[in-house]
Amino acid sequence: MKILTNIAVSESGYLFNPTNGDSFSSNLVATDIITLMKQNKTSDEIKKALQAKYDVEKSTIERDYDEFIQELGDNYLLSTDGK
Amino acid sequence: MSTETKEKLRYERPMIRKMNAGLMNKFGTRTEYQPTSHIDTVPVKRIIEQYGSPCFVISERTIRKTYQSALRAFKTRYPKVQFAWSYKTNYLDAVCKVFHQEGAWAEVVSGFEYEKAIRNGVPGNKILFNGPDKTIAELKQAIENESTIHIDHFDELYDLIEIVETSKKKAKVAIRVNMDVGVYPLWDRFGFNYESYQAWNAITKIMNCEKMELVGLHTHIGTFMLTAGAYGIAASKLCDLAMNIKAKWNKSIQYIDMGGGFASTNTLRGSYLPGNDISPSFDDYAEVITSTILNYGFKQEDLPLLMLESGRALIDDAGYLVGSVLANKRLADGRRATIMDFGVNILFTAFWYEHKISPAQEFTHHSEDMVVYGPLCMNIDKVRESVNLPLLNRGDHVVVHKVGAYNMTQWMQFIAMRPNVVMIDMKGEVHLIRKNETIETLTDLESIPAHLNAFKL
Repeated sequence: MKILTNIAVSESGYLFNPTNGDSFSSNLVATDIITLMKQNKTSDEIKKALQAKYDVEKSTIERDYDEFIQELGDNYLLSTDGK
Repeated sequence: MSTETKEKLRYERPMIRKMNAGLMNKFGTRTEYQPTSHIDTVPVKRIIEQYGSPCFVISERTIRKTYQSALRAFKTRYPKVQFAWSYKTNYLDAVCKVFHQEGAWAEVVSGFEYEKAIRNGVPGNKILFNGPDKTIAELKQAIENESTIHIDHFDELYDLIEIVETSKKKAKVAIRVNMDVGVYPLWDRFGFNYESYQAWNAITKIMNCEKMELVGLHTHIGTFMLTAGAYGIAASKLCDLAMNIKAKWNKSIQYIDMGGGFASTNTLRGSYLPGNDISPSFDDYAEVITSTILNYGFKQEDLPLLMLESGRALIDDAGYLVGSVLANKRLADGRRATIMDFGVNILFTAFWYEHKISPAQEFTHHSEDMVVYGPLCMNIDKVRESVNLPLLNRGDHVVVHKVGAYNMTQWMQFIAMRPNVVMIDMKGEVHLIRKNETIETLTDLESIPAHLNAFKL
């Protein structure tokens, strides 16, 4: 899955979708994931980066990452042509 | 856990929240700003490490503080006040003994509770025996021990009249009176009704029985009473009975027992405002009750002792339930669900209250609306229908506040065993006051017919 290319994300976790005007607040881990997605990192790379930065089990990241991607999709933040 | 913990940041599951201008809740959305990492200086984490999760925690300091403040509210307004600890609210021996050390008598509603009070060392004449279920043997024991029997119905009164015929001692009795205090539905299932003269009939029968002494008049107008004024009406009706007894038989009633029913500061389910804002204080109740009795016109020497049987308001704040997050999930409608390792089996009051739940560790400013479920494989096991809490990871600890009343008596052994209960004393020492149940706790009570022992699958 790829995040919409025109999504703006600030360091403080503020997200803006210029396509429909939606704005979001996000926590630190979510901001990291979105920033890495915008850098076209693969899901494996993102998960490894999170594991290196945070005190967390791999299995927890696996589960939370999948659910978070689902949440991004529910909020129309994912590109429909991306895989 | 990783060994590199110190170098890494604390993890919080990723979340985004859509920002909606103009849809603010006027009461705000977030209630938790500080974690409850300690209870009376003891770290929650340490309690869970030593006693497991979930675990009930009782603060001795809070019990004493609350009791003293309730006593002060009444004693500064009225010369003769006596509290009797309501055993059914929490009859763990350690809890009862704290109240007895503070000077409270015992108020019991069954033979079992009566036995507990006696075992705890409460003198028989400092036990008030309430409730509709007293066996002949229990009534005889109460007469022998000079306990005050609060008569609930005419059948019990006739039992007593029969018992005292052959008894060497007089029975010390009071009657429970139910009445219209302007709060509906009326609590008329216990005791004798005031308005229909049922109470007066009962009093007449007692006064005509030489081997019974009417020492008190008792009422208990309801539970979680949010209107202090109702106690004023109740007190005036009991005073009216006392005055009429004095006028007809020249007999002074020793005490007026206003029962309990004082609200704690928990928030009732469906309540628009939090309990802290709407529950009357001890001073509110005390002011109404004592001013009614003082102004009723008793002669100084006839002023009755004011007896109180408050339970919930004295113990709720002193009880905590510490537990852990078992799992997080998202429901089909998008709501977050958090599954805790405690449910309605041990937190019975979740059916009544919107319990305050606090994380026991640091958290960020992000929060989320969620349903909080218990661990039972039953649809009814819902601790909070909707609550805004900081993001909780699996394994995180939480503290449920104000659970001291009724949970440790009405809890169920259902699906899971009941957990440890500990008490933190005045010096911050933690004591196990009720051991967790094991499978043997149950199976030791069971027996299997011989023909059911063998089977092949």
